[in-house]
Amino acid sequence: MTDVLAHLRRRERWGVAEIAFWLALVAGIVAFPARAGLVNEALIAGLFALSLDLILGLTGIVSLGQAAFFGVGAYTAAILANAGYHDPLLGVLAAIVPTALIGFLTAPLLLRGSDLTRLMVTMGVALMLGELANREDGLTGGADGLNFTVAPLFGRFAIGSFGEGPRNAALFSLAVLFALLFVARRLARSPFGISLTAVRENRLRAGALGISAAWRIVAIYTISAAFAGVAGALLAETTQIASLDLFEFHRSANVMLMLIIGGAGYLYGGVIGAGVFILVRDVVSAETPEYWEFWIGLMLVALVLFGRERLANLVRLRR
Amino acid sequence: MTAPALEARGLSRRFGGLVATDNVSFSLQPGARQALIGPNGAGKTTLINLLTGVLKPTQGAVWLAGRDVTHVSASQRVRRGLARTFQINQLFPDLSPAESLGLAISEREGRGWDFWRAAGKREIVAEIEDLLTRFNLSEVYDQPTRALPYGKQRLLEIALALACRPRALLLDEPAAGVPEEERHDILAALAQLPADVAILLIEHDMDLVFSFAARISVLVAGRLLCEGTPEEIAADPRVRAVYLGEDAHG
Repeated sequence: MTDVLAHLRRRERWGVAEIAFWLALVAGIVAFPARAGLVNEALIAGLFALSLDLILGLTGIVSLGQAAFFGVGAYTAAILANAGYHDPLLGVLAAIVPTALIGFLTAPLLLRGSDLTRLMVTMGVALMLGELANREDGLTGGADGLNFTVAPLFGRFAIGSFGEGPRNAALFSLAVLFALLFVARRLARSPFGISLTAVRENRLRAGALGISAAWRIVAIYTISAAFAGVAGALLAETTQIASLDLFEFHRSANVMLMLIIGGAGYLYGGVIGAGVFILVRDVVSAETPEYWEFWIGLMLVALVLFGRERLANLVRLRR
Repeated sequence: MTAPALEARGLSRRFGGLVATDNVSFSLQPGARQALIGPNGAGKTTLINLLTGVLKPTQGAVWLAGRDVTHVSASQRVRRGLARTFQINQLFPDLSPAESLGLAISEREGRGWDFWRAAGKREIVAEIEDLLTRFNLSEVYDQPTRALPYGKQRLLEIALALACRPRALLLDEPAAGVPEEERHDILAALAQLPADVAILLIEHDMDLVFSFAARISVLVAGRLLCEGTPEEIAADPRVRAVYLGEDAHG
């Protein structure tokens, strides 16, 4: 009984594996700069998947429209840069504002109906925003997308496709991912985070403890939208283009896939799933460039049918 | 004289042509031990939902500690001191009893929106430990709730409601489905509920009702048939006719 405090705090401490995970990423980027582009893509996808984990894993709210915020974040950075604000950090921070606002305004649409309703509503919002970006081509470049350049980070570290650009981009993405995962980690272990678990697990009882599920869902959806927006801004800045395909359905579907592959609800699942997804794509598509998604599909079916733990035991890779 | 902890004033609720609750009035004084009994379909669940704010009454009002809360949301009523338990367990399967109680306390203390500081605060540990001890949950405090024996889950039901520090507490069949050998745990838990909390016990089990309640209300077809001490209720021929029958308390 004297251990109640230790029990409540058991997930607060940073584990050795957790610290090793981050150090390995830094070391990997520095040691293999030739692969930095791929790592950068995986880190950004991981952040995107983390944004989905906040609503799906933590709160139990499904979404097939997370790409809406990814796209808006990307265009925010691109439009800002073309308006003369080239600072990459500014672009990433600025992406928070419109995405959080759109998240806040559309969150009430998620409060009624079933999971199917929410899937359709989130998909619909992403479709609408994508077409809005298509129509407002004066602002967004329409089907051509928006090319832009960002200034070196802190005036020193060039971000882009040449020289040290990919390495710097990957380190930048890693730093942003780490910062936001740190925030998500604090959040998940706070009273607010526990109340999201309560809303996910039993909304009726959560209400009977005085928790208004609606406001908690609106809040976390707003935060999740901002996370996705930051991921979009990062992708646009490190590839120097924002294009309409960022809004597309396959982005929303893939990010859910990554989260399911890595495991929803413990924050690292999205990052790991994104890594696996992009690694499989890279390895398999070298062999069969057109059919690599077959293996992702097989993996997904196996994961959801047999469960992660049983598969892990099968290959003796206990987490 | 202090205001009643909980008061129903002429509560009615219609569903189409059906009158589920028909002009029900009663009041619970602070510290009351009252039971609500009635045959199946008498409208007990509807009445609970009206009191807690899950349903809005067609007519009438609910007062909580001297204030009209008829138009106050269910979660706000909890914050103003009305807690309940559920007939069918409504718990958080992945959280442990300690975490569940910590959550309830954090919400009561208004920390539910704190997204930065850790949930496991030293200040609330003493209260969590106290609740765990009182509800015989000390041995399983760190187990996920889904892994607890049914009787322990029933105890956590009550402990969670009490962690809200209610003025009035609605217990919806707390002993429902509890096996005989774990029953005394529930009875012991009910016996040592804080004396200042007004309690309305909704129960089928007559032994439990008559051992716990100082007053009993009988609900039949949405209406309060009568109210009185256990002796009066047991002796009331109308109650015997509609509800108790020969076998229940003969």
